[in-house]
Amino acid sequence: MTDWRPSAKLEALKARASLYQTIHAFFSARQVLQVDTPVLAQHGVTDIHIHSIAVPGYGYLQPSPEYHMKRLLAAGSGAIYQISKAFRDGEAGRRHNPEFTLLEWYRPNFSLQQIIDETTALLQPLLGVPVHQTTFKALFLSQLDVDPLRADTQTLQKIANDIESVPAMNKAALIDWLMACVIEPALPRDRITVVTDFPSWAAALAQKKYDADGEEVAQRFEIYAGGYELANGYFELIDATEQANRFADDIDKRKADSLPTLAADERLIAAMQHGLPACSGVALGVERLLMAQHHWQTISDVIAFPTTIA
Amino acid sequence: MANYSTNEFKSGLKVMLDGDPCAIVENEFVKPGKGQAFNRVRLRNLKNGKIWEKTFKSGESLEGADVMDVEMQYLYSDGEFYHFMNPVSFEQQAADVAAVGDAKLWLAEEDSCTVTLWNGTPLTVTPPNFVELEIVETDPGVKGDTAGSGGKPARLTTGAVVRVPLFIQIGETIKVDTRSGEYVGRVKD
Repeated sequence: MTDWRPSAKLEALKARASLYQTIHAFFSARQVLQVDTPVLAQHGVTDIHIHSIAVPGYGYLQPSPEYHMKRLLAAGSGAIYQISKAFRDGEAGRRHNPEFTLLEWYRPNFSLQQIIDETTALLQPLLGVPVHQTTFKALFLSQLDVDPLRADTQTLQKIANDIESVPAMNKAALIDWLMACVIEPALPRDRITVVTDFPSWAAALAQKKYDADGEEVAQRFEIYAGGYELANGYFELIDATEQANRFADDIDKRKADSLPTLAADERLIAAMQHGLPACSGVALGVERLLMAQHHWQTISDVIAFPTTIA
Repeated sequence: MANYSTNEFKSGLKVMLDGDPCAIVENEFVKPGKGQAFNRVRLRNLKNGKIWEKTFKSGESLEGADVMDVEMQYLYSDGEFYHFMNPVSFEQQAADVAAVGDAKLWLAEEDSCTVTLWNGTPLTVTPPNFVELEIVETDPGVKGDTAGSGGKPARLTTGAVVRVPLFIQIGETIKVDTRSGEYVGRVKD
């Protein structure tokens, strides 16, 4: 056996340790409480694009600490953060490992813009490049000359087919493909790009609103830097009934797509019924940040033992 | 053949695409944090060598292609087919002109080469990276020229024409890089 050695160099392990110190100092100075929630728990997530890893007899390895952190918020924790491991089945590649590290934090009474500003305040000194904020629609208009909210499936399919041989897809999947394979790679490497106002169907656990043109959009943002998607944040959905409806929609879609069925997390719903404070939250990929910071090309450069050799 | 799902894709895997056997050259997993996952795949069509770029939704699958590379010895050509023999099993295979392609320029009888079989029949023939062949025709050399200034054409026993330095003569054996078709050196007996 020759592959017992770590795939990451010592330099990368030191960079990770140093980043953790920076993160702890950042949140400590802002009086955000560090918490610790389980990675092994009863429920996975119902989101049709996220595949939880089942652990027979126990439940699932958590694809994100979101549900448990929201239960802490509902119990009155105030502002909280944690650095935790997250697990997603089938996500493996140059920038994905099935086990990865998330920095996730929640801020009661923060607007989406406030948490965007806090996120860039953390990132900007680490990356040393300017911040540019735009909307999902503006990006599509400037790069592909199409309005992603109003365009029909046919138009989007034609745009995609003209770029590459892609399968026939629904509108949401076409938008995902154009964003991930065309727009994201073309974002300037030497700045932090904040994108807001995602399509309403991509709201996940974010509240929705109407934009200036009267289109329904998600109060969600993503941050890209150095060619990587780094962070995803929401003005959090706090309405328990709406949350239960979104779980039910996901479960229906899972049935239609013959995906494994997952039960809705009743404890999260109960916590939200008790009352989740108005808040914004963000999840940031720690490995991606290390890659962007130090110009490392693959996730195995920053993880000592990626799943293939773990 | 078995089906391969996108999560089994890796470079070198042989799969069927639009009825043609292909080899995966590169496979990249792409996924927005919230949204559909894709595999962007570069494939080489093993029939014609063309590179295809194609996106699959993660979870889709392709049928495997029954393709394997076998080291074989070139025996002879009957004008229509090129005949090869497996030196281990002594089994013989006949490859048509399309399968042999440009490899015919470098095939000397009894030399070994790689025959790619698809469903048991020759799909392509790949000569060794370097072959040694005799010159049957070239202009007389110029004495005193060593490195050559562009050289001159020389015809080999197989019919291939290679640029050689001016001092190389008919009857000499030279070493040629079959990937570039370039002269590498003189082979001294």
